[in-house]
Amino acid sequence: MSAVMQNPSAIHPGNRLYRSRKRVNVILLIVSGLAIAFGLFWLVWILGTLLYEGGNALAHATLYYQMTPPPGADGGLANAIAGSLVMVAAGTLLGTPIGVLAGTYLAEYGRHGWLAGATRFLNDVLLSAPSIVIGLFVYSVYVARVKHFSAWAGAFALALLVIPVVVRTTDDMLKLVPHTLREAAMALGCPSWKMIVFVTYRAARTGILTGILLAVARISGETAPLLFTALNNQFWSNNMNAPMANLPVVIFQFAMSPYEDWHRLAWGGAALITLAVLVLNILARALFRRTD
Amino acid sequence: MELVETSNHAETLNNSQSPRRLRSASWADPAFEWLTRVFAFVVFSLLVAILASLVVGSQVTLQKYGFSFIWSSDWDPVKERFGALVPIYGTIVTSLIAMLIGVPVSFGIALFLTELSPAWLKRPLGTAIELLAAIPSIIYGMWGLFVFAPLFQEHVQPALVNTLGAVPFFGALFAGPSIGIGMLTAGLILSIMVIPFIAAVMRDVFEIVPPMLKESAYGLGATTWEVVWRVVLPYTKVGVIGGVMLGLGRALGETMAVTFVIGNAHHLAVSLNAPGNSIASALANEFTEAVGDIYFSALIELGLILFLITTIVLALAKLLLMRLARREGTRT
Repeated sequence: MSAVMQNPSAIHPGNRLYRSRKRVNVILLIVSGLAIAFGLFWLVWILGTLLYEGGNALAHATLYYQMTPPPGADGGLANAIAGSLVMVAAGTLLGTPIGVLAGTYLAEYGRHGWLAGATRFLNDVLLSAPSIVIGLFVYSVYVARVKHFSAWAGAFALALLVIPVVVRTTDDMLKLVPHTLREAAMALGCPSWKMIVFVTYRAARTGILTGILLAVARISGETAPLLFTALNNQFWSNNMNAPMANLPVVIFQFAMSPYEDWHRLAWGGAALITLAVLVLNILARALFRRTD
Repeated sequence: MELVETSNHAETLNNSQSPRRLRSASWADPAFEWLTRVFAFVVFSLLVAILASLVVGSQVTLQKYGFSFIWSSDWDPVKERFGALVPIYGTIVTSLIAMLIGVPVSFGIALFLTELSPAWLKRPLGTAIELLAAIPSIIYGMWGLFVFAPLFQEHVQPALVNTLGAVPFFGALFAGPSIGIGMLTAGLILSIMVIPFIAAVMRDVFEIVPPMLKESAYGLGATTWEVVWRVVLPYTKVGVIGGVMLGLGRALGETMAVTFVIGNAHHLAVSLNAPGNSIASALANEFTEAVGDIYFSALIELGLILFLITTIVLALAKLLLMRLARREGTRT
């Protein structure tokens, strides 16, 4: 660049420096295009594999109403699908109120206090903390105490993964609500809890909902925290205090096994989970975009 | 503060008309504030609680081995001798491979999305890259085991062994039989998984560069690459490093994808083609089958080590990103 300033002829197309700068530019821009192609390549390959391998399994109706089979027999994933739904629902119901209320404190009350600053920081660390450690935590404070694996333990572990996501989005979304709205409510004599519940929550509704959807998407595919908490169950179970089958752990167990039938079911489960997660993600995005 | 005073004032005005409503509001307000404060405190203490539970859970091995746990490569459940060196080594090596590939690719993606992409393509391309992060890690693992590893073993690994394996010293990294699964495969799959995280942060920080800075450089005749390399990157340096650390934190703690393809061998090998183990995959594989206090305690201590490393890396990432945000705040 300095050469350009000193010597106006530097930008003459015949200049060697100019040509070499141009060349470097073109090469590196092509490399950057290749980088994005590299990223998309894996996405297409993985989704393609899932559609191809999982599509077959998903087309079998037995997948949806039969239980997970013993090796060598035909079966489905009904108990695992139900177990996943139950635990994801319980985890979301447990984690969301905690996350929303904590996020409310961060954005509405303690915006500049030490507790809010420190919580925001630790929450962001928690957001990316290894999920397997969350599983270990729930194991040592709950499973080891009551001495049995259970669906509740799985739901607790999932709730701990929901909380940081919901805290973060609630905090961010409430901070976007204009102050004039709050002042208008206050000026009408509204106590601040009513102002928060009936005015700011309502204004930030879609944003908070987006965060919850993203949290659900995240926990539906989580395997690691369920390994030591919900474990697995070959049969249908309605008991939240006993081990419960769930899709991710079934996929893990079946894929690592040497049996062809189990592999086919694992692919089916994998396709099902990915489909659900992608739909949730796209839904969350569409919802959020509408508010922009 | 101002807001609270206004509301008090309004309540006094209202006082004479409906004392009952005022009474209910007077306890509801502090109650709601305390409710939210309690939950904020729950979130605040979660990290400390996790740390404490892991320290308590690993008391047996902490007392038995002390610091030698970290550099011992023993892992013998039968004789009850444990050391964390092999899983720590595997965790760090696979994460480094992931960073080596993931960082330049993410930079390219962020560059493309902020400087080159036509406006109508930005959103779909950005979303597609973000969807890579949405795919559950167990899917990466399964795909890696059934689809990627066999192809890698057949076509890529022999070529690597024949070319890079022949280089003195450096070649030892690629020596050995190609069996498809191992630390190199795990690192490669991890690199795909961290790309969306790093690329998203890089794109976001690149976008905060004031247009005036870039335009001045373009005005002086700089090429797009020169603008990115000498103006955008120096301006966003702190944020970019923060993004890289965030990706590193993710890679270190990734469990399922690695468990499928790393081979789960408690064996210290120089060659990247050899199977190894990582902290997270050792936990995933062995925890439910562990018997005996010492074995349990050793596994929980592995978890403690992993938690400490990732927390430090993630906290650094957050601090760096906050520094960039603060500078941004004072400037505008």
